[in-house]
Amino acid sequence: MSETAGKRQVEAGWSPRIVAFFCNWCTYTAADLAGVSRLKYAPNVRVIRLMCSGRVDPQFILEAFARGADGVLVGGCHPNDCHYVEGNYKMLRRARLLRRMLAGMGIEEARFRLEWISAAEGEKVKVVVNEMVEQIRALGPLGLPGRWAEWDREVAELAAKVEREESEVAHG
Amino acid sequence: MYIPKKSDPIRIGFYVCHCGVNIAGTIDVKAVAQYAAKLPNVVVSRDYKYMCSDPGQELIQQDILENRLNRIVVAACSPLLHEHTFRGAISKAGLNPYFFQMVNIREHNSWVHTDKEAATRKAMAQVRAAINRVPLHKPLEVKKAPINPNVLIVGGGIAGIHAALVLANAGKLVYLVEREPTIGGHMAKFDKTFPTLDCAMCVLSPKMSAVDKHPNIRLWTYSEVVKVDGYVGNYRVTVRRKPRYIIEDLCTGCQECVDACVYKKPAFPDDFNLGLGKRKPVYLPFAQAVPPIVIIDPETCIEVKTGKCKKTCVEACGDRKAIDFKQQEELREIQVGTIIVATGFKTFDPHRTPYYGYGVYPNVYTSLEVERLVNSSGPTGGEVVLKNGQKPKKVAIIHCVGSRDENTNRWCSRVCCLYSLKLAHLIHERTEAEIFNFYIDMRSPGKSMEEFYNRIAEEGIQMIRGKVADVFPDPSPEANGRLVVKAEDTLMNRILHVPVDMVVLAVGLEPHPDADDVRRLFNMSCSSEGWFLERHPKLAPVSTPTEGIFLAGCCQGPKDIPDSVAQAGAAAAEAFSLIDRGHIEMEPNTAFVIESECSGCKSCIPLCPYTAISYLPDKKKAYINEALCKGCGTCVGACPSGSIVQNLFEDAEVFSEIEGVLAE
Repeated sequence: MSETAGKRQVEAGWSPRIVAFFCNWCTYTAADLAGVSRLKYAPNVRVIRLMCSGRVDPQFILEAFARGADGVLVGGCHPNDCHYVEGNYKMLRRARLLRRMLAGMGIEEARFRLEWISAAEGEKVKVVVNEMVEQIRALGPLGLPGRWAEWDREVAELAAKVEREESEVAHG
Repeated sequence: MYIPKKSDPIRIGFYVCHCGVNIAGTIDVKAVAQYAAKLPNVVVSRDYKYMCSDPGQELIQQDILENRLNRIVVAACSPLLHEHTFRGAISKAGLNPYFFQMVNIREHNSWVHTDKEAATRKAMAQVRAAINRVPLHKPLEVKKAPINPNVLIVGGGIAGIHAALVLANAGKLVYLVEREPTIGGHMAKFDKTFPTLDCAMCVLSPKMSAVDKHPNIRLWTYSEVVKVDGYVGNYRVTVRRKPRYIIEDLCTGCQECVDACVYKKPAFPDDFNLGLGKRKPVYLPFAQAVPPIVIIDPETCIEVKTGKCKKTCVEACGDRKAIDFKQQEELREIQVGTIIVATGFKTFDPHRTPYYGYGVYPNVYTSLEVERLVNSSGPTGGEVVLKNGQKPKKVAIIHCVGSRDENTNRWCSRVCCLYSLKLAHLIHERTEAEIFNFYIDMRSPGKSMEEFYNRIAEEGIQMIRGKVADVFPDPSPEANGRLVVKAEDTLMNRILHVPVDMVVLAVGLEPHPDADDVRRLFNMSCSSEGWFLERHPKLAPVSTPTEGIFLAGCCQGPKDIPDSVAQAGAAAAEAFSLIDRGHIEMEPNTAFVIESECSGCKSCIPLCPYTAISYLPDKKKAYINEALCKGCGTCVGACPSGSIVQNLFEDAEVFSEIEGVLAE
């Protein structure tokens, strides 16, 4: 993949993998409601339940990408509706900072999404997940673990080159 | 009983539930069990038809004892539904209930996916996340907090009244807060109730006065809840008591002030009679109002508006000195342990269906207005008369106004069919008019309701199946204000033009326009229609997602009186069961600071909305007061040194879940 980092090849049978962090009170309950209502959405999302979107440490998001997620979705209560008063606002601030950092790492905007989904919005869970799956499908795999191996290799090659040059200088 | 030691190797028991075909129909549960069996630390891996059943729970308990299991993972439905069940089951076998993790493969998987292979693969990833996580679980203790036995009930309609009496009779102190000047709600406006046709006030007013006289009920009418703080067992509620300009304790309800008012005749539309009658600026909402205390309307009282009235009312009140024009709004704080929300509904405003001519043609009424017309204590003394004073000879009752319609409200308002039949009977009884009921479907479920429908139908009320398209003035010269109802009779397959003298719109039920504000106040949720959402539609119909807050009556959805009362009783029982336990058990998902790793940067302190975090200047460390922490974990996510840990949601546990869900 070394020369095609920008346009990674889509393996046969590849399908986006999305890790979702949902707050217990609104979005997780909404996802339950989507189930109870038998709404259908793409099976590409894996939910991790936290008590509040305010608990979402940016490291969780980075870890998910680093472990091979193609997208990360964070779901919290609508502004003013947070069970813990304002955890969702705190997540919003973190998300804004993180988005800049992700852009710097070459992670496209559509791969990280923060959504306010209330307990009554089962339909919105379906719409958001399906939309995100399609957007990421269009972008192709992120493949960060593979790229890291590639980055490691590049660094190793660079180090070896420097070493070679230094020894040439020393012996020359 | 097997009590694991810390040094014991991790031995995980994994169980996957078929939930009949709910899960097994979409997910290959056998394959999931086989997959889990090969994962690290898994000693037992089974699938079973119904894990939540007694035998299912016993299966786990037996395995714990026989196989010395010290971690349990169950893949079944939502933890919001059955986490409690399984924690209870494993703690019965002696295991700490927090050595458990639940995997939601029903609501989040089998019910939302159709591709069996993909769903099974997803289930495996979900299961792996839990199996990765449980070895990191630590034994936790359920914390207990005392419950304040006082109860707040918001809304003084029949639901609030009934719940208040149930709890007060059980010896609990109840605050009943109602925003109108009297309790009674909509039911107080009804004449008769279906299907028994007994008088609404005859059954309601004894309950209203029982509320007023009850030593355990603090009745605050003309008051609104403005702030709710705290948590189950310990709510601090601020109530705004609006100025009534009457000192409640001093007013005897004699109404001499009303007689003495400078307005000789009632001049202002009377809310209780929906503007069909008139009142003075000082008035009693209706004869049986509770509390039986007058109120002064600041919008129409000359003294309140200008300060230049002769104040004949004050003179009439004399030594009782109950009138106080200087009265100000007052904020009162109360402490309660549980709250019952019974804020009711509003009727649909038929201005939104202009084709029925409400507000345009004088003889188009809403059903609630007709309730007042047929009521002997109403503005006409029980006479059903047109605006010109004559009795109608032909009356049309249009069902489903603002209900079951994509353009207004999609839901069935559940009571309109039956109250329309009741009104048909009552109008016919008063006027002998010919009555036409235009309906879409006749919905009369419930005890004695179908019999009631048959009874009314046999009285000669005409039933026409077809939605009314239009109401317009009869163009013929001798019409004299007569209206024409245009509808398709879908059984006869023809268009009808029915001339009538009076049109009654059977308006549906809607959430209050401020339901969203009320929902926020109590940290509840609304359904997409705006009704307050119960925790579970079947198994927790009066609970809300917020512990200690319950729902009663129509604020949860349209209901008739028996159902409102039954639900109010259920809400009262739920509140009582909490109170009687004396304490609440709290999730131990609180956060704590590892002092040795805390740099004392203080960045966590302003993040906590509960002021649970403080700074210890001596140690230069942060400290979390466990009793104040609600377990959101916001401080944990923000701590730059990773020195704050949240029980049940430790960083390592979440990281292991992330790794697990990405395994495929």
